Amino acid sequence: MHKEFLMGNEAIAIGALAAGVNYVAGYPGTPSTEVLETVAKRNPGSVYVEWSVNEKAAMEAAAGAAYAGARALVTMKQVGLNVAADPLMSLEYIGIKGGMVIMVADDPGPISSQTEQDTRTFAMFSKVPLFDPSTVEEAFSMMKEAFAFSEEWGTPVFFRSTTRVDHGYESIEIPDEPEYEKHEPEGFVKDASRFVIFPKLSVKNHALIEKRNAQLSKTLSEYPRNFILPAKGRWQAKGKAAQDGCGSGNRRAIATHGINYTYVLDAFDEASRPEILRVAVPFPFPEDLAAAFLQDKDEVLCVEELDPVIERALIHVCGKYGLQVRIRGKLTGDIAPSGENSTDSVAAALAAFFEDASLKPSACGLSDAPPLPVRPPVLCAGCPHRASFYAVKQAMKGQKTLFAGDIGCYTLGNAQPLEMCDTCLCMGAGINIAQGIWRVEPDTKCFAFVGDSTFFASGITGVVNAFYNQAQLTLIVLDNSTTAMTGHQPHPGTGRTVMGQVVEKVSIEAVLLAIGLPFVETVDPLDLEHAIDTVRRAQEVDGVKAIIFRSPCITIEKSRRKAAVDPEQCTGCRKCIRSLGCPALVLDGKKAGIRASMCTGCMLCAQVCPAGAIREG
Amino acid sequence: MQEEKNKQQVNIVLCGVGGQGTILASRLIADAAMQKGIHVRSAETIGMAQRGGSVFTNLRLGEDVPTPRIGLGKADLMIAFEPAEAVRMLPYLKEEAQAVVSMEPIMPVSAMVGASSYPVDEILAYLKEHVKHLTLVDSARAAADLGSAKCLNVVLLGAAVRSKALGLTEEDIGKALEARLPEKLLGLNRKALMYTASE
Repeated sequence: MHKEFLMGNEAIAIGALAAGVNYVAGYPGTPSTEVLETVAKRNPGSVYVEWSVNEKAAMEAAAGAAYAGARALVTMKQVGLNVAADPLMSLEYIGIKGGMVIMVADDPGPISSQTEQDTRTFAMFSKVPLFDPSTVEEAFSMMKEAFAFSEEWGTPVFFRSTTRVDHGYESIEIPDEPEYEKHEPEGFVKDASRFVIFPKLSVKNHALIEKRNAQLSKTLSEYPRNFILPAKGRWQAKGKAAQDGCGSGNRRAIATHGINYTYVLDAFDEASRPEILRVAVPFPFPEDLAAAFLQDKDEVLCVEELDPVIERALIHVCGKYGLQVRIRGKLTGDIAPSGENSTDSVAAALAAFFEDASLKPSACGLSDAPPLPVRPPVLCAGCPHRASFYAVKQAMKGQKTLFAGDIGCYTLGNAQPLEMCDTCLCMGAGINIAQGIWRVEPDTKCFAFVGDSTFFASGITGVVNAFYNQAQLTLIVLDNSTTAMTGHQPHPGTGRTVMGQVVEKVSIEAVLLAIGLPFVETVDPLDLEHAIDTVRRAQEVDGVKAIIFRSPCITIEKSRRKAAVDPEQCTGCRKCIRSLGCPALVLDGKKAGIRASMCTGCMLCAQVCPAGAIREG
Repeated sequence: MQEEKNKQQVNIVLCGVGGQGTILASRLIADAAMQKGIHVRSAETIGMAQRGGSVFTNLRLGEDVPTPRIGLGKADLMIAFEPAEAVRMLPYLKEEAQAVVSMEPIMPVSAMVGASSYPVDEILAYLKEHVKHLTLVDSARAAADLGSAKCLNVVLLGAAVRSKALGLTEEDIGKALEARLPEKLLGLNRKALMYTASE
């Protein structure tokens, strides 16, 4: 054993390694990405690790490995689970042999996501048991328990965390590599009655799943991580409740989960706090434990993030056991129905619930402060996407256009001054959305922007669909040869794998030509004139046209080049600043200036400057 | 009892703009604290905001800290890499907190294209007026003197150490630098650590 300062996602990965995981697959997505990366980094050599093309592929591959007796881990963010939902829903009916843990990172806020969906709700829907850790240390320890549980009950299990656990850090004790458990997969044993899903099998297994989950509800009431933390200090004496300002003789307590449990603890003095039900496995819900907790209460506040899962479960337990307890939380307006909780929002809710002003967070505000600049995220200085967007914008100036965006760094093309992202829905959607809009508005020139990783993840089917169904649109593949937004993961077009192998690249051009597209051209977007000309020429062709703008991500390909403004020649027209929105371009008095510490010398601004005042410096 | 517990805890807020190096600074503090056997928890912004958005790290040193997040009015120290971001985080400071703030504004693209405003002088004046223990660091001058803008994080860290609110010494941070940085960067960073001491 040794101590390390670890990110939650690192701790989750090390937990899986310590549990003897054999097979790990996933697709990058904030806040889940570092789990798979850490497995790859700390791989003792015996673990197979892959970045799959998408979450569905990862889930299916992991299921295959688990069928063959391997311990398998699959990682994704919450919206990735939607992509993997099809195999997952059926997999629960089939079950697994080797332990299979589905690690899903939820993103309350959302901070870096499209939705605030709650994987705990998905657990109920898919009938898959779910583990929900509160701290980095617990995330590490719980992973081993999740694998053992999965194997014991023959079901995949969810390991669900949220951003503040995934990206929290803590100094924790972890085992050294020789202490990791070893697991030898038995291999796949053919049994069509078990592994081939047919309605007959589904009927039988559905009944078994319901029976098992009812049993698990009892078993999980004994699981030590589902627990009741007794009241301490002044909160102990129930009879004293009234005189302690705890309301008129009401017996009140808290039910909570995940990072919220730590916010609740933080609100109270170590020596004095109310009774707390902490639920680490909300599905199947530990009903017996909850009933024991509720039996001497008048009111319970459920402190939850995302969906009111525990709140609904407690209401259900009250109804089922005929308990007279008022359950409060999101459904009663005591906790915000959406958004991320914080130590302060939780403290405020606790103060109101217990009618105890001493719990209130500090009220210092910023009402008298000068206006603060808003800082939405932007494309990096020198990002080739800026050049691609600008080229399309210039080429299509004055025409009726639609620019469908997609998920990745290039979603940031929406911001001023580029404003080149009219729609963004989910991974790969842009191409189909452009097709739909064009059908309704055939006089609009429709464009779909997609990144290289997203193209492989779920863009190809959209191109086939548009081509087959005779759409008119221009596909722009923004190929920076990496999965940039999530921290530069390799993908099928990069020619490397996460295990360090050099492999055959999948060519985006070859894929598009094989589909049959009449126009497929590859251009360096930083060659502005050529880029604009290519976009214009593509418009002269009927059908689905594709332009691949290829230039490496600037944060990988470090550049020593710099641009500089000649103040003698700069007329102060600000065209560079106003049309490109590059963070390295600033106003220096009345003239343009370039922040040398940020500039990468992409020279796009030099090509935009009407006075020829910007040169390599 | 509560008083005693709080004495052993140090709550630190680091803030700035994505890409400025707040993460390395928080890592160095964590390393130095761990070397002294102090328990560390932290929470930070990772993801989309790293592309030029507002970012923060909460660092909590000490036992019996249940959560990595720091509540309003609970921070002992703020290390701000940017003045407007410092103002944004002020509500998290205790009245007696120390604040180390880089004076150099980072103009967001939104302000350059006229979509938001950034009154730099007003913001600096507000900080001076509202922060009891304020150390302003002239980071543009530091970068010129040190010949690099890349060690701003260590310059600020040095000022934070000397504010005494961190509970760590220059030697502690020096050791953490040695453990984390390659040999060729050590000389520059050691100078950066002591930069504000010579003012």
